[in-house]
Amino acid sequence: MFRIPLRAVAIALGAAAASLVLAQSAQAQSEPMRIGFLTVRSGALAAGGRQLEEGIQLFLKERNNMIAGRKVELIIADTGGNPAGAKNKTQELVERNKVHVIIGPLAAFEAIAIDDYIRQTKTPTVADSAAAEDLTQRKVNPWFVRSVGSSAQPNQALGEYAAKVLGYKRIAIIADDFAYGHECAAGFQRVFEDNGGKVVQKLWPPLNVADYGSYIGQLKQNVDAVYAGFAGANGLRFLKQYKEYGMKAPVLGSMTTADEGILKQMGDEAIGVTTGGWYAAGIDSPDNKRFVAAVNKEYGVDPGYYTLGAYSAGVLVEAAAKAVNGKVEDKEAFMKALRNPGTVRDARGEWKIDEYGNPTMTMFIRKVERKDGKLVNSVVKAYPNTSQFWTYDPKAFLASPVYSRDVPPARNIEP
Amino acid sequence: MFDKPLAFWLIQSLNSLSLGGLLFLLSAGFSLIFGLMRIANLSHGAYFMLGAYIGLSVLRAGYPFGVAMLAAGLAVALLGGLIERFVLRRLAGNPLAQVLATLGIAFIIADGCLLLWTGDPQQLPSPEWLQGVFRIEGAAFPKYRVAVVAFAIVLAAGLWLLLEKTRTGAMIRAGVDDMEMARGVGIPVSLLFTAVFCLGSFLVGVGGVLGGPILSVYPGLDTEMLPLALVVVILGGVGSLIGAFVGSFLIGFVYTFGQTLIPDLAYMILFLPMIIVLAIRPRGLFGRISA
Repeated sequence: MFRIPLRAVAIALGAAAASLVLAQSAQAQSEPMRIGFLTVRSGALAAGGRQLEEGIQLFLKERNNMIAGRKVELIIADTGGNPAGAKNKTQELVERNKVHVIIGPLAAFEAIAIDDYIRQTKTPTVADSAAAEDLTQRKVNPWFVRSVGSSAQPNQALGEYAAKVLGYKRIAIIADDFAYGHECAAGFQRVFEDNGGKVVQKLWPPLNVADYGSYIGQLKQNVDAVYAGFAGANGLRFLKQYKEYGMKAPVLGSMTTADEGILKQMGDEAIGVTTGGWYAAGIDSPDNKRFVAAVNKEYGVDPGYYTLGAYSAGVLVEAAAKAVNGKVEDKEAFMKALRNPGTVRDARGEWKIDEYGNPTMTMFIRKVERKDGKLVNSVVKAYPNTSQFWTYDPKAFLASPVYSRDVPPARNIEP
Repeated sequence: MFDKPLAFWLIQSLNSLSLGGLLFLLSAGFSLIFGLMRIANLSHGAYFMLGAYIGLSVLRAGYPFGVAMLAAGLAVALLGGLIERFVLRRLAGNPLAQVLATLGIAFIIADGCLLLWTGDPQQLPSPEWLQGVFRIEGAAFPKYRVAVVAFAIVLAAGLWLLLEKTRTGAMIRAGVDDMEMARGVGIPVSLLFTAVFCLGSFLVGVGGVLGGPILSVYPGLDTEMLPLALVVVILGGVGSLIGAFVGSFLIGFVYTFGQTLIPDLAYMILFLPMIIVLAIRPRGLFGRISA
């Protein structure tokens, strides 16, 4: 007579099933973690794109290409620096390469172009450069988080610094006539005027203006300083011409006006330019010194806006991947960890992510100096724990329209 | 709007002149090529950028500014000649294909520059003796810009002499006016094409170096300069040197004063004169042929 050992069968079946499940998950874990990296390799944004790539490559090299115990496969895609390209490449990364997370894109208009798509496909996305205010304010996307700040964030701090520390009363603003320039200038203006200063002039040269001469000729002479909100090559061109025209008023500016990426091309005209930023190659801390040395060793340049942005996106991805024990396939949990990484630490210091997906971090007031023959952004003051809303109440901040050319309105303009 | 101090008008007039000078350096070659060959050379902006980059490298190697201008001009002229001979010549009689080819070449040059000179924006230093400012009515104006205007005027005079007073110039003018007839009377039109393409390229290469200290050089400079060349040439009249000259300074003034007095409409003001002129006088102010 056969006695079927039911219990044994059950155990065997259970064990088999368990080992199958284990094997599957082990296989999933041994598969590399795929990071899609959006960059720009041609056109006007190519310099920024290259620095982004350098940032992430350095990060992965330092980690031996391992994040949270998993090998990393980095898939770099060139968007061409336009919205359509960004959309296509994002689709490709998600559908063909099946990436677990996207880092990028470079420009705000690219980020806006992929906004709906990453929402629909629930693709965790870490912006390493795009700073448009509303991406983490009035148009929060649950699948989007930033490793960099919002456009106005450092300029709000600079506004207070200009009014309270420098004691400036009257300032003329000149900034690129596109959303980033508007937002930088607006954040500066709001806090500067709330602290008793007056913005007496606002000039908006078109982004691709051939020559700043005619604008510099218009700048008021009777101001305490000029605020310059430029991006890309424009800061370089503006500062050069500003000096050529013999202008004497001190220059304040947005982070990108004196970014390390273009500072190396500048001359004495940059000395003394004071800008706000969430990073400066001149930050005097062991973490930053190590970072600056590593970037210099690898690429022969100082890190700036883009290099740090991409490197820190790596840091953020690593923190989140560790929090989910490398199981980045669980998108919900992984994204939750990206939005709530706790305290993140990198070259700029410690920072957190606010509930809208934007870092709350130290804002540095940086002043360009020549040290050992090289132009550097030295830190003259730090505003720790600064949120994208400055000291304003987030609800009230979000209830008013997004910063633009005319928001906040300029009430002190002189004819 | 008009209650500005005298210094304002002076400085902005000088700004207009310097922009005009720069535009003439940019568009003289464009106009010549367009006029003779009926090709809107869409790689013209790229030539300008390439000239600036070559000038930058020559300057960095320690040579004086004049050498940089000459080297950039010759290098771009050589490139232009080769492209005319080996690309555009094969597409003769098919203007659309030629224009598209020049567009493709523009992209190739832009990518090549990116590869060779990286994407970092870079400054061309102006010659030392031209650094500093003139002081007028309490306002300052950079010496270098005055020099650019002077150079543009000298260049214009030289080109005018070449076109009006030499045999080659007469042949070029004949080609512009009526190519078939010119060919018929034995003018070597084929050779003329190459020569004019080289000359036009030379001028824009030199222009790139001269523009460098004002504009600096960076990826995207090409696409920013091309529309300006188009505006000037369409306004002034295709194939007319005087047209390019007057058009350049006209645009210099219209653009500078437009954007200072009515800043919100800067671009409209830039393109409006072109559209009005096209509507009323399609051949441009001084054009021999319609665009």
